Amino acid sequence: MAKEFKVEPLKVWNDFKKYREQYYRDYLEAKDNGAVRWAGSAWAFDAVPAGLGEDVYPLTGEPYGATVAFFKDFSRRALEKAERAGVPRDLCGYLRNYWGSIMMDKYVLTDGTEVEPFPKPDFNYTIHICCTHAKWYHRAGELEGDVPTYAVDISVGPGYLLDDRKINYVVRQLEDSIKWMEQITGREYDDELLIKAVLAEADSMSTWAKICKLNQNIPAPLEEKSMFTLYALLVLHRADPRVAELYNKLYEETQDRVKRGIGAINNEQFRFLTDNPPPWAFLNVYRYLEKEYGAVSLGSVYTFGLEGAWLGMDEKGETWRWEPAPTPEEAGVEISNREDALRWTAEFNLRYRPGWQHPYSHKIRKIETLQMIKDWKADAMIMHLNRGCELWAMSELEVRDYLVKHNIPVATYEGNMADPREFDEARTWNVIDSFMESLGIKKLSKQ
Amino acid sequence: MITAGIDVGSKYTKAVVLKNGAEIVGYANIRTGMDHEKSAREALEEALKAAGINRDQVDKIIATGFGKTSVPFADDEISQVVAAGKGGYFARPSTRTVIEVGAEESRGIKLAEDGKIRDFALADKCAAGAGSFTDAMARYLEVPLEEFGQLSLRSKGAAAMNAQCVIFAESEVVSLVHQNVPKEEISRAIHDAIADRVASIVRRVGIEDDVLVVGGLANDPGFIDSLKRELNTEVYLPEIIAPEYIPALGAALMEE
Repeated sequence: MAKEFKVEPLKVWNDFKKYREQYYRDYLEAKDNGAVRWAGSAWAFDAVPAGLGEDVYPLTGEPYGATVAFFKDFSRRALEKAERAGVPRDLCGYLRNYWGSIMMDKYVLTDGTEVEPFPKPDFNYTIHICCTHAKWYHRAGELEGDVPTYAVDISVGPGYLLDDRKINYVVRQLEDSIKWMEQITGREYDDELLIKAVLAEADSMSTWAKICKLNQNIPAPLEEKSMFTLYALLVLHRADPRVAELYNKLYEETQDRVKRGIGAINNEQFRFLTDNPPPWAFLNVYRYLEKEYGAVSLGSVYTFGLEGAWLGMDEKGETWRWEPAPTPEEAGVEISNREDALRWTAEFNLRYRPGWQHPYSHKIRKIETLQMIKDWKADAMIMHLNRGCELWAMSELEVRDYLVKHNIPVATYEGNMADPREFDEARTWNVIDSFMESLGIKKLSKQ
Repeated sequence: MITAGIDVGSKYTKAVVLKNGAEIVGYANIRTGMDHEKSAREALEEALKAAGINRDQVDKIIATGFGKTSVPFADDEISQVVAAGKGGYFARPSTRTVIEVGAEESRGIKLAEDGKIRDFALADKCAAGAGSFTDAMARYLEVPLEEFGQLSLRSKGAAAMNAQCVIFAESEVVSLVHQNVPKEEISRAIHDAIADRVASIVRRVGIEDDVLVVGGLANDPGFIDSLKRELNTEVYLPEIIAPEYIPALGAALMEE
């Protein structure tokens, strides 16, 4: 029989939901008040445009693409619109939803409300690491009607091989991008706002890592499906001090849950990890596993590593450390001018984001994943073979084989994070049932 | 103790009746109709009749196969992977790799020495590595299914076939027919293509001897010949019962 744990709803839950709802509305309504709107990757240097003023509102493309995916009907229309315009189906799923939304000239809010026209940004600002990022916003700018785009190239290699030359390469681009933003918006850049944003960014990312680490406890205080909602603010606007504040509240509450033995689910009998963006339109995979098997998803290199700041690989490139990276305060670093701020944000992101490390090598992805399984005391891995993202899908099968060789059970199912047409529910349940039965895990209803 | 396993497959429904978890006393195989419950009931009745056992003497019924949830009179259900693994190990305890090829799916299952499942891989969304592929191709070549495999064995060479998909394979077969390539060679090319597809699935879990092939397509000697060449190892068929009954047997064994 599965052990019973106490469960409680999260007190901060509604604050996170409200922030997300307001975020999309703020972007939509920004022009009513003469504010600045920018769009770009969730991996863009979010703190940098903050120096343009306190009324600067971003729209990050990947979470918007995921929001579109959640509304299956809207997503189908967006995808078909993009495909009819010649966009191939094997391109990034988020990108296709995003372009399709612009092409339909419709914008969807978090409650499913469709708004016309698509709110176009003053500029697009992104980074470039995967084959898609720069082109995504370059083309979006064309579709929106000559919206200028700036892409910062961050492809300087993994964090543990970072040196001053590589950091400088990124810092120089950030400096240049500030001048570019000033020209585009006609605004004078405020370094104090930049510093404030850089500090908030580090606080948000490092605090998220601390929260994720608490899921090493049994019972896990959080489960991944809820963490998808909780981590979303990092991909929306992590450099917003209000976001940092919310993560600190969540950290405090999660610590309290651990202290009092509050679980994410009341019958945790099986702990697993995942490794990719989920099929957003089919998050019932997670609820099925919870309800039928008492299986809790603890997290993933994606949920923890997309925007969490971790020490990562050691200097020798041999051991992965799932330990939260230090904030400027914890590192004893004082940031007092633009150069300091840009250098900090460049180095912090390049060195401590797992999502910017493993695209360079299967080896990194294998070592970090195995270490995660050990540290979070996971029984198995359930892997979404994600056709929607070339970057995150890279290395998946190499990781699978590596884990199996280390006697970690792995199940795989195929799908697409952003294209609901590429997910087969019946086959996925079949994989899950087969996997759990093969491990001798009985359905709760049969115990 | 009498147990029965029912495997509701997409093409055939199979039932196996087992005595004391050791002795196969009856089995039956009927075409799966639109009404899965009816098919399951009929298969069970026929298997019981063959065993000379009444329905009320059966202690437990376990369903498997794609239609396993449509058998309301079953006491329990198990996945095809577990059923095929369990049945394969029972049929040949030295088995470490089970390859199951049914009408619509193929799967590779890796077993531990004690018969427990160590790993598995499923063919997903593709019929090119499944029995329905041979059905379609035999129909196109106007060769009875039971002769299709023998035809392949008589081939003196193999025509090249690149398609990984039933739909595209058919157009390749059309081309080969128009080029007057002998049917034997076309049959061999088709079997090689299926074996290649199945092997690629099974290689995901690693191939370890003994390799046991189960499921309906294991009855096709052309496929078995191609698979042996593709895997470059000996493959075995169950000796205690025909290969298509193995998952139903595994289901009947679940009570043990």
